[in-house]
Amino acid sequence: MEVQFELNGKPVHTEIEAGAVLLDVLRDLGCYSVKCGCETTNCGLCTVWVDGTPRLSCSILAAGISGRKITTLEGLQEEAARFGAYLAAEGAEQCGYCSPGFIMNVLAMERELCVSGHCPDAEEIREYLAGNLCRCTGYAGQLRAVEKYLRESRG
Amino acid sequence: MITVKNYVKPGTLEEAYELNQKRANRIIGGMMWIRMGRGNVNTVIDLSGLGLDQITETETEFRIGCMSTLRQLETHSGLKETFGDFFKECTRHIVGVQFRNGATVGGSIFGRYGFSDILTAFLVLDTKVKLYKKGIVPLSEFIRMDRDRDILEELIVAKDGRKAVYLSERRSQTDFPVLTCAASEKDGTVLLSIGARPMKADVTETTIDEMEQAADTFTYGSNMRGSGEYRKHLGRVLAGRAKKALEEGNV
Amino acid sequence: MKKVNQAIPKIDAKALVTGKPVYTDDLAPKDCLVVKVLRSPHAHALIKNIDSARAMKVPGMVAVFTYEDCPNERFTMAGQTYPEPSPYDRLILDQRVRFVGDAVAIVAGETKEAVDRAMKMIKVEYEVLTPLLDFRKAKDNDILVHPEENWRSLCNVGADNQRNLCASGKDEAGDVDQVLSECKYVVEQTYHTQANQQAMMETFRTYCYMDVYGRLNVVSSTQVTFHARRILSNALGIPKSKIRVIKPRIGGGFGAKQTVVSEVYPAFVTWKTGRPSKIIYTREESQIASSPRHEMEVHVRVGADEAGIIRAIDVYTLSNTGAFGEHGPTTVGLSGHKSIPLYGKTDAFRFRYDVVYTNVMSAGAYRGYGATQGIFAVESAVNELAEQMHMDPVKLRELNMVKEGQVMPAYYGETAQSCALDRCMARAKEMIGWDEKYPARDMGNGKVRGVGVAMAMQGSGISNVDTASVAMKVNDDGFYSLMVGASDMGTGCDTILAQMAADCMDCEMEDIIVSGVDTDSSPYDTGSYASSTTYVTGMAVIKTCEKLKEKICLKGAEYLGCEKEEVEFDGKRVWCPKDGKEITLKEIGNRIMCANEEALMASEAHYSPTSPPPFMVGMAEVEVDLETGKVTPIDYVAVVDCGTVVNPSLARVQTEGGLVQGIGMALYEDVVYNPKGQNFSNSFMQYKIPTRQDTGEIRVEFESSYEPTGPFGAKSIGEIVINTPSPALAAAVANATGVHIRELPITAEKVYMGMKHSS
Repeated sequence: MEVQFELNGKPVHTEIEAGAVLLDVLRDLGCYSVKCGCETTNCGLCTVWVDGTPRLSCSILAAGISGRKITTLEGLQEEAARFGAYLAAEGAEQCGYCSPGFIMNVLAMERELCVSGHCPDAEEIREYLAGNLCRCTGYAGQLRAVEKYLRESRG
Repeated sequence: MITVKNYVKPGTLEEAYELNQKRANRIIGGMMWIRMGRGNVNTVIDLSGLGLDQITETETEFRIGCMSTLRQLETHSGLKETFGDFFKECTRHIVGVQFRNGATVGGSIFGRYGFSDILTAFLVLDTKVKLYKKGIVPLSEFIRMDRDRDILEELIVAKDGRKAVYLSERRSQTDFPVLTCAASEKDGTVLLSIGARPMKADVTETTIDEMEQAADTFTYGSNMRGSGEYRKHLGRVLAGRAKKALEEGNV
Repeated sequence: MKKVNQAIPKIDAKALVTGKPVYTDDLAPKDCLVVKVLRSPHAHALIKNIDSARAMKVPGMVAVFTYEDCPNERFTMAGQTYPEPSPYDRLILDQRVRFVGDAVAIVAGETKEAVDRAMKMIKVEYEVLTPLLDFRKAKDNDILVHPEENWRSLCNVGADNQRNLCASGKDEAGDVDQVLSECKYVVEQTYHTQANQQAMMETFRTYCYMDVYGRLNVVSSTQVTFHARRILSNALGIPKSKIRVIKPRIGGGFGAKQTVVSEVYPAFVTWKTGRPSKIIYTREESQIASSPRHEMEVHVRVGADEAGIIRAIDVYTLSNTGAFGEHGPTTVGLSGHKSIPLYGKTDAFRFRYDVVYTNVMSAGAYRGYGATQGIFAVESAVNELAEQMHMDPVKLRELNMVKEGQVMPAYYGETAQSCALDRCMARAKEMIGWDEKYPARDMGNGKVRGVGVAMAMQGSGISNVDTASVAMKVNDDGFYSLMVGASDMGTGCDTILAQMAADCMDCEMEDIIVSGVDTDSSPYDTGSYASSTTYVTGMAVIKTCEKLKEKICLKGAEYLGCEKEEVEFDGKRVWCPKDGKEITLKEIGNRIMCANEEALMASEAHYSPTSPPPFMVGMAEVEVDLETGKVTPIDYVAVVDCGTVVNPSLARVQTEGGLVQGIGMALYEDVVYNPKGQNFSNSFMQYKIPTRQDTGEIRVEFESSYEPTGPFGAKSIGEIVINTPSPALAAAVANATGVHIRELPITAEKVYMGMKHSS
């Protein structure tokens, strides 16, 4: 079947199987930042935005996203590099495999929680990002990076 | 993982219902748990085109569309105003924000999963389910009904002034629960629901003073996450804590 | 400015944080055949017949290979230096299957869908055999896991397949029974650790293709690029010269990828069909058919005299290597050799061990490599000893810990030339507020907070074995190419080695490019494991730079028309102080490309006769709910002596990451088998690695010593950091509740049941 949607600001028409999940379709379209780490919705590596909301692309039928706006890290290169510099300064990207999904969710958190002067504290950050597993860093360096980034970019 | 032949997004509930009468077809909610099952599905039926993804509030009740997400439950300001942290507590441990942005209330309830925080929670509120064909049925009745091919349209939760509290024990913060417990009190009557026993949640009517004893009346079993003996103990502990919270108005 | 000891971001960071396609599956050709492995549903069985006729009729199917198609020469998948201590007990496919998940057939097709469909249509007849599932009963059991005639052990490790023994042995000094009988205080206990999964985010994966020279090219997520070439040569029965292995970026390893888990399958398919192919392990396969930590049961006797001097330690380790022997003979050694030497005043020690085969998934290498299991046991026993003596466990350690300059009899007689363990203890104590918090504080709400302590050591490379070579050359404009054979698996060794080179050459990081590992072009390196890269490869970098500097001077002198002895190199130029003449490195780099007969390139190798241990202290504070037994980690402080810290931010993240893996092992990560040998912990839904909400605060500091045999005084950091959480957390729980959990993980139920039975 054919599906049409907006991918990183550009219209896409593509032929898919009815059972295809968004993760696989996005990788086929060249969005290699989207990774699969588990198959059971637990790792968060496949996080993308659907109409601006962070979702697990492994659990979305591609057939259902007609007309929606999909954003992957390929569409957020500048922001990714900006936050990524904080992450790298802590050494907290490590193997980097979970970084794209993690960064997608950090940037979604920033948009959702940093409103009307609010800046999430460590506990809120941990809860919002709990669905992003990382085996390398032990999370502490990621938290330092997120806190610094939010502080410095939000004032 | 399931294999899927066709995908349909019906424009009306009747169309969805008709499609769903075939055994080989299946309604998907958030696609979170169903995906992990095995087997072949002829046609998946996506209800997302029916406007059932809203939580609406009136003077007397909330109507929660089956396609509302767990994240909507968690963050809805009206629900928070009426029930305090109840909905935050029964959702925040479920995997992660991205998961809760996908998982639906209808899927959680219709699946009647043993591990369900959501089912445990709604059982102590005055909750009714609206089924497309059978109409409005109390949730406590729905969980005992045979599984059929009707469609769960929405949940209706009365604003009847009850206080409610939600507790769970888990081996790690976003794991399935070892045990779930919800309780509510209105005019001296307490509804106590315990789930993940590991069987699906059930509800019993009791009083504030008898909550711990009421917890003993549930049956408890063993699985990877805990023994029946430990669960039985936890049931008492959580019921006791729920009692304390209700007494202190800490809900 | 010096680069060593600076928190320089990793040189590959930008590509990683912007999600560039740099990992194995991102790079695989799009027309790759999809390879999958049909796996055994039985823990022990003989294959009677495999019928793949129907499966092959599925459109797009290319091949189904069975044991009848595979060579009958056994090999090991362990990435170790030849001759490997691990027994040669594997075939690519075998008629006997030895665990639920063992390989039965290799299936290759044009698409994933075709392969998935075909897999369901392969008919396998099994003769189901009784499995051997209890590792305590494995030695000399009637059921043999490896009865085959062509099983062989290359090294003298006490292996005997007719007894289910992968290894056994003993090391001792003094009369341990005699000394223990003289001790006023003796603790005797048994501790049990599980077959934990490394759970790196990128599962095992490999793709292969034939190149223009008719050679098999293998691109794989591996820590052991060169060993992989040898293993594939052994497995396929083809010359090593026919194989090239390339390592792209890796999504984590932690030892898992020190075993060649996935490589043989697509290599076999591509070699047989001539077509490119790839295998991507599912998370389930990674959980049930991979290379986890060796499950161990460690029996400890430790005794102290009236004055609190620990006089004897006796350790017996029973290790479960599962269906195959990868890393079995070597991991077990660390359970004694990296725990007993922490105590410097013993008059006697004994360390005995057996490593047994069973019908569960094969174990492998996981960060800590046996030391983790042994340290959980010995450090827990020492904590129990302190309790018996009514002595503060910190004080007991202060009295007994190994000190700088001491000979360590249980560590191959090596001398601790660098050891800041005493300073680590003092600092950790201060950081956590030990004196105020020990043993426990009642929080007044049904919750008690307890603290616990543990020490740890590891090695830095395998002494007299690990070999690293490095090559470096000067290019035009004077930039350097640094070629290493060590596998950066996200740990940052490409960056750290470049930092060292930059200091040696007096240049900027940007002046050095680092190439990833390719067996065709990289200099030989044993690989990234055994905490060897910084220490061993780092020394090779220094040696190589020294040589290259000499060559630069020589060339510069030639161009300046003076003697080599008269010139100096300051990183930018070669100059002659006598007359002030100079030539820049840039000019030299450009001039050597014309009419030159001396390549401006150096390559040196290094190995070490010693393996200097890093040391550390970990202290944990937990809160225990007395009604439910639930344990919440509150605070973890760690103070590490890894010699000179080459890159503080990378060393810190290594430590934090290792601690959290250790916390996972201690509190959450449970491996559950059913009575038929099926592994239930087969996903991240069932095998719970910690999330960021499950760790508590983590605080890390360094107390540096200077290791005279290491590059810039450095030792290792990668593995030691996983060793303290299990014993420290168990002790914190014991101090809070009086309950000693000796079987990991420490679940709420175990703590509750313990409290119930003791009350």
